[in-house]
Amino acid sequence: MTNYKVIFDITRTHLQTRLKQTSVAALGVTFGIGTFIIMMGFMTGLNGLLDGLVLNRTPHIHIYNEIKPTDDQPIELDEAFAGNFNIIHNVKPKESLVRIHNALPLIAELQKDKRVKGVTSQAIARVFYVAGSIQLNGIVNGIDVMDEIKLFNFGDYIVEGSGESLLKRTNGILLGAGIAKKMSLDLGDKINVSSVNGGVFPLKIVGIYQSGLAEVDNTQSFVNVKTAQQLLGEGSNYISDINVKLNNMDLAPEMAKELTKSFDLTATDIQTANAQFETGTSIRNLITYAVSITLLIVAGFGIYNILNMLIYEKMNDIAILKATGFSGSDVKKIFISQAVIIGFIGGMLGLILGFVGSVIIDHTPFNTEALPTIKTYPINFNPLFYIVGITFAMISTFLAGYLPARKAEKIDPVEIIRGQ
Amino acid sequence: MIVLETKNINKHFHNPIDFHVLKDITLSIDQGEFVSIMGKSGCGKSTLLYILSTMDTDYTGELHLAGKIVSGRPQQELAVIRNEHIGFVFQFHYLLPEFSVIDNVMLPARKLGKKSYKEIKQDAYDKLELLGIKEQADKKASMLSGGQKQRVSIARALINDPAIIMGDEPTGNLDSKNSENVFNIFKDLSSQQNLSLLIVTHDQDFANKTDRIIEMEDGKIIV
Repeated sequence: MTNYKVIFDITRTHLQTRLKQTSVAALGVTFGIGTFIIMMGFMTGLNGLLDGLVLNRTPHIHIYNEIKPTDDQPIELDEAFAGNFNIIHNVKPKESLVRIHNALPLIAELQKDKRVKGVTSQAIARVFYVAGSIQLNGIVNGIDVMDEIKLFNFGDYIVEGSGESLLKRTNGILLGAGIAKKMSLDLGDKINVSSVNGGVFPLKIVGIYQSGLAEVDNTQSFVNVKTAQQLLGEGSNYISDINVKLNNMDLAPEMAKELTKSFDLTATDIQTANAQFETGTSIRNLITYAVSITLLIVAGFGIYNILNMLIYEKMNDIAILKATGFSGSDVKKIFISQAVIIGFIGGMLGLILGFVGSVIIDHTPFNTEALPTIKTYPINFNPLFYIVGITFAMISTFLAGYLPARKAEKIDPVEIIRGQ
Repeated sequence: MIVLETKNINKHFHNPIDFHVLKDITLSIDQGEFVSIMGKSGCGKSTLLYILSTMDTDYTGELHLAGKIVSGRPQQELAVIRNEHIGFVFQFHYLLPEFSVIDNVMLPARKLGKKSYKEIKQDAYDKLELLGIKEQADKKASMLSGGQKQRVSIARALINDPAIIMGDEPTGNLDSKNSENVFNIFKDLSSQQNLSLLIVTHDQDFANKTDRIIEMEDGKIIV
């Protein structure tokens, strides 16, 4: 039989008459939770940025023809040699086309698949950028620029000019920033590109592309897919790569296997291609959680300490409550509810502190050469952190309150009253 | 009608050495009876009172309160029994200092939870009026004088209309005028409201004016 209203009144009076101690305890939680929110937001924001740098631009499934030896060598297929242990020396890769056979029907097929968000096709040409007597090695990607912008955030990496202007000029090029710098070229200038077959094509620079990865920026440029096909001297069905974006990235490995099997092509999924990023992210998250939880535990000890002192101070009150008919568990509830209230108020303030801190960081300028699209520090405002934060605040303060409260529950009133 | 009855209560202290502090205590208190327990320090009278109050459960023998056996019941149940049937008055007043006088008086009734907040508040005012300290109702308990505090704790003891009021030297810390006052209050409660009282005291004058004196020596009742 518990009358919660009375318990709560006693709790409230205890907290109000010790406003200073209560505030200090709550502030401990506030700083713990606030720091947790800021750290998680900042760290995962940074993680997202770094991963996005590669993952945004990486297709979930990349389909192409790989140069490699055939898996089934002719001798294996000949019945005369069946059952033998055949050893072949000097295996050579099979001669095959770089272009994807029947690419257009394949694309149409992929676009019908429910798992697929979108498909882009590319014609990749190896070229030389010509500047007087100097020739720079490079790669020109023939793309459908609108699809790339829609599916792979291509627009974010155009630092000057615009991706769309490629549509207006068939001989336009979005030049890699590294190449532009090396050759002292700028928006509106002309550049000669020579193909491997020997033809030279004058192209007009309609935009500068910068990914933040120097290796890419020093070699890659983008043109319309038709232009790339002309560079290669191929027809309009020449497609060397197909990039697929899925609705759910986790389905990529399974679907890649399926495509490899049914179309006799190489299909690489994003998880296989970028395994190291996953690892990096999870370790960084682990460190963040470890540090944050340590902060919260320290705040929990603060509450434990203050409640412990409060209970020593309140021995007489506890004895009198018990003498007048409050049970041990009533007394325990009084002190646990004090801890939980401290935890809740401190935790809520912590969420506000964390949010305000995150907003401030989110508006702090952050300019770096490597990340052209980033103007301020990245922050992840994931509501999950706020839920985890307040939950942890409540659990840790409950535990911090539980131990002293159990001591109060067990206090023998006779000892206190007689001890006077 | 018998309000409180004990049969062969024995208690030992085990620390530091075994000590037989109460020996075969058998007594009973009728309704409306005003009883005092006297004896030298260390004779076990306070120890007996805390057993009778149900706060101390480490004893052998039987304790009956308001016709029901109390011995051997779990703590949770004993708390309810104390709340409803026993009123306490201690030597050092024992009010909750941060609460107002009226809140102190109301607490046991709010714990009992049989009446609405409004009714309890009215009861508390009535009890305070009975003890002549109604004007102090909204003050903080820590602001009162010793005599006033003791009257507040009597009001608190009365709030649930208990079967018996127990006191551990309730006048031990008061001057003679206030002692007189507290005695008269007890006397009135006993004669007019037919309330049972069991008071441990050192004060011979106080004891002489009660209906019955239980004298103890070396853990035994001698008279």
